[in-house]
Amino acid sequence: MDFAAYSNLAMMTAWLLYLVAMMVFGLEWAMARRVPDETVAETAEPALVGATVGAAEAAGTADGTSHRTVRTSVTVDPGRAPEGTDKWGRIALAITMVGWVANVVGTALRGVAAHRFPWGNMYEFTITTVMFIVAAFLVLAMRHRMRWLGLPVTLLATIGVGLAVEVFYVAVADLVPALHSWWFVVHIVAASIAGALFNIGSLLSILYLLRKGSDERGTTRGWLAQLPSTKKLDLWAYRTTAAGFPLWTFAVAAGAVWAQYAWGRFWGWDPKETFSLVTWVIVAAYLHARLTAGWKGSRAAILSIIVFVSFWFNFIGVNLVFSGLHSYAGV
Amino acid sequence: MKKTRKGGTEKPRALSLAETGRWLWTQLTSMRTALVLLFLLALAAIPGAMVPQKSISPARVLEFKTANPDLAKVYESLSLFNVYTSPWFSAVYLLLFISLIGCILPRVRVYFKAVRAEPPATPRRLDRLPESTTSSTTRSAEEALTAAATLLKSRHFRVVRRGDSVAAERGYLREFGNLLFHVSMVVLLIGVAWTNLFGYKGTSIVVTGQGFSNNITQYDDFTGGGLFSPRNLPPFSLSLDDFVVRFETGPVQTGAARQFTAHLTVTDAPGATPHKEVLEVNSPVQVGGTQIHLSSHGYAPIVSVTDGNGNVAFNGPVVFLPQDGNFTSTGAIKALDARPEVLAFQGFFLPTATVDQRGPHSLFPDALVPELFLNAWTSPPGPETGKPQSVYSLDTTGMTQIKTAEGTPLAVKLKQGDYVDLPDGRGRLTFVGWQRWAQLQMSSSPGLGLTVGSVGAAIVGLMLSLFIRPRRLWARAVEGEDGRTLVEVGGLDRADARTGLDDDVAAVVAVMDDGATPSSEGDE
Repeated sequence: MDFAAYSNLAMMTAWLLYLVAMMVFGLEWAMARRVPDETVAETAEPALVGATVGAAEAAGTADGTSHRTVRTSVTVDPGRAPEGTDKWGRIALAITMVGWVANVVGTALRGVAAHRFPWGNMYEFTITTVMFIVAAFLVLAMRHRMRWLGLPVTLLATIGVGLAVEVFYVAVADLVPALHSWWFVVHIVAASIAGALFNIGSLLSILYLLRKGSDERGTTRGWLAQLPSTKKLDLWAYRTTAAGFPLWTFAVAAGAVWAQYAWGRFWGWDPKETFSLVTWVIVAAYLHARLTAGWKGSRAAILSIIVFVSFWFNFIGVNLVFSGLHSYAGV
Repeated sequence: MKKTRKGGTEKPRALSLAETGRWLWTQLTSMRTALVLLFLLALAAIPGAMVPQKSISPARVLEFKTANPDLAKVYESLSLFNVYTSPWFSAVYLLLFISLIGCILPRVRVYFKAVRAEPPATPRRLDRLPESTTSSTTRSAEEALTAAATLLKSRHFRVVRRGDSVAAERGYLREFGNLLFHVSMVVLLIGVAWTNLFGYKGTSIVVTGQGFSNNITQYDDFTGGGLFSPRNLPPFSLSLDDFVVRFETGPVQTGAARQFTAHLTVTDAPGATPHKEVLEVNSPVQVGGTQIHLSSHGYAPIVSVTDGNGNVAFNGPVVFLPQDGNFTSTGAIKALDARPEVLAFQGFFLPTATVDQRGPHSLFPDALVPELFLNAWTSPPGPETGKPQSVYSLDTTGMTQIKTAEGTPLAVKLKQGDYVDLPDGRGRLTFVGWQRWAQLQMSSSPGLGLTVGSVGAAIVGLMLSLFIRPRRLWARAVEGEDGRTLVEVGGLDRADARTGLDDDVAAVVAVMDDGATPSSEGDE
């Protein structure tokens, strides 16, 4: 059986399905144009998370119902849209799921065809990272009612798979000897999953900035109104990015261990190494910014978006622009 | 702080030296400064990826300097060819680490106090906490509080009884993880510095069948750390018995490297028993504290030069250096012992030779149709000048190029096994065959253990600081006049917690109630 051809077919299918899902998510958002802001109640929520007891007491209202307010606002379901739009959202989610299955099949068959783990070149890394991004989205959508991430995620997935299929594609081949290592497997998988989490975090930060801008102008309507509050967007951006950070640290460290085996030095300021460190430092800066007065909110969100830029530049730009030991794009 | 007064302003008092120092220290160790330094570090690292670096590829630095001599001067003055050892890059990361240490030290002190402290006092109004529930039970207050304390202890809370209430706290490991991560970063830097000061790294080209002994004179290039002495080189030696190389011959990625296997015989120290080792790209050979890696490879044509007197002046492999991915290689053959005239040749070795409009070049990295393309030079035998000369290229000053009868420079093209007689009975050059050579890299990173350990600790610390969720819970039980006991439980998360605060509160109420359904205000 020609696994490589089936893999390509599956990836084309995934691409098409992501595209369709994106359009249906777009339809859902478009239809929500007239929906008023449902989440206003949430903005009244006192800032209790992380507060000390004293502050909590100070923040409480005189009638002692403050925790009730919180509970109420938490159960406001921002994903709950009016009947018509909700249907389209569910359809889009189902299409995304099928697309993801095709993506998984495409990636797996690629490995079968090559008789190795399918992470040897840019094409394979891109389809794998998109697979992890969409997987993270599906978990968030189904377990945490975050279906509203659908449009940006499917947009990213469509662009990602499109680039992979059209630009980065190379036929199945063996690996160069420098890639024969177990460290290769853990290094790539960790980098890919961490990258997926950073991507989701950055998308959330973009939504955060959009929502924040419209809240400040008082023009929050339509699909922006269906997003959760800025506070929740910020929190989830933090959670996903923070979850990716130890993994990214591990990916960089595993790369260094592997470099020690392959080249006899664990760090050589190769462009890829440099930019993975740059990405790491920017994530660290983001995590600190969220705790620093004057940097919370918009500035931290911008740092989170820089993480996104840095990750993809490290992956695409460095391979294509700079010459280095990681220039294995094969394009 | 200027105070305006009637009749004029009072000048602020100048800060004393100690005060200025303290002010600077406070500024440096603030989170805002750390943030700016982190950002600067990210920015400062970028030029090193865009401008060729001396430490990575000196050849490309030279190339750049030849192409842009004026720009190169500016770059040189900004240390842009040595970004990662430049004063400005060093300043950024050293300041960052000083800031980090300054930030961490006081927090370590605070942590050691906090880690022994008891959970904080029970707030008067539990219903003002982010999560709270009340209930009433027939049990006594004492029973209810004991039940709550037992449950909380089993859930790894630190628990203390205070009068009519129980206070509990957990998640002390979060700050521990945070501190561990930051301390590990400092240890990581120390490990890297250790490697850079005491380590060494060098390469040597070894032709199949020949050997290498770990002595500074045998290295082609060598860099030792600031505190490394070449006398500390471990006295091992090795020979390259066999070197197997295989390239992709299929239609996809044709010519890509597929296998490199070097078979070595290693003698750890003079007099020790030699042992066989297999060296591959991702599996270095370890000899004591030294790692041996395969870093590059190429061809060494075996030639034999017979001089004008009919004696063999040179016979053996000559290392040629690859110039492209298909191993079009250049090199020089020098028969300095040739008489009456010294003979020398320079040109190409092509493993799979072709000649087209680009000139002679190789089509495939493996030696399928090996050919030599050479020019020949001659000079009278001179005294040894002692001037260092590259073995890979020919310095033709003072030499005469050998020409054909027609007066054009002699261009020799030899297939394996062929020979050519030089004009005017000057001698004969035979292309006997070829060998592969391997470039071995010897390196020692004494700080490696420290570095690896600190990275591991840093990751553990990160996980603790990101995923441990400090939580405080309080339970109060007051016996009412109606004989029932009023139970109140409240809780608070001290960091972004995912879920579970309400579950914990409900569980405590349930156990205090002894299984009675808790009446939670918050439930809807």
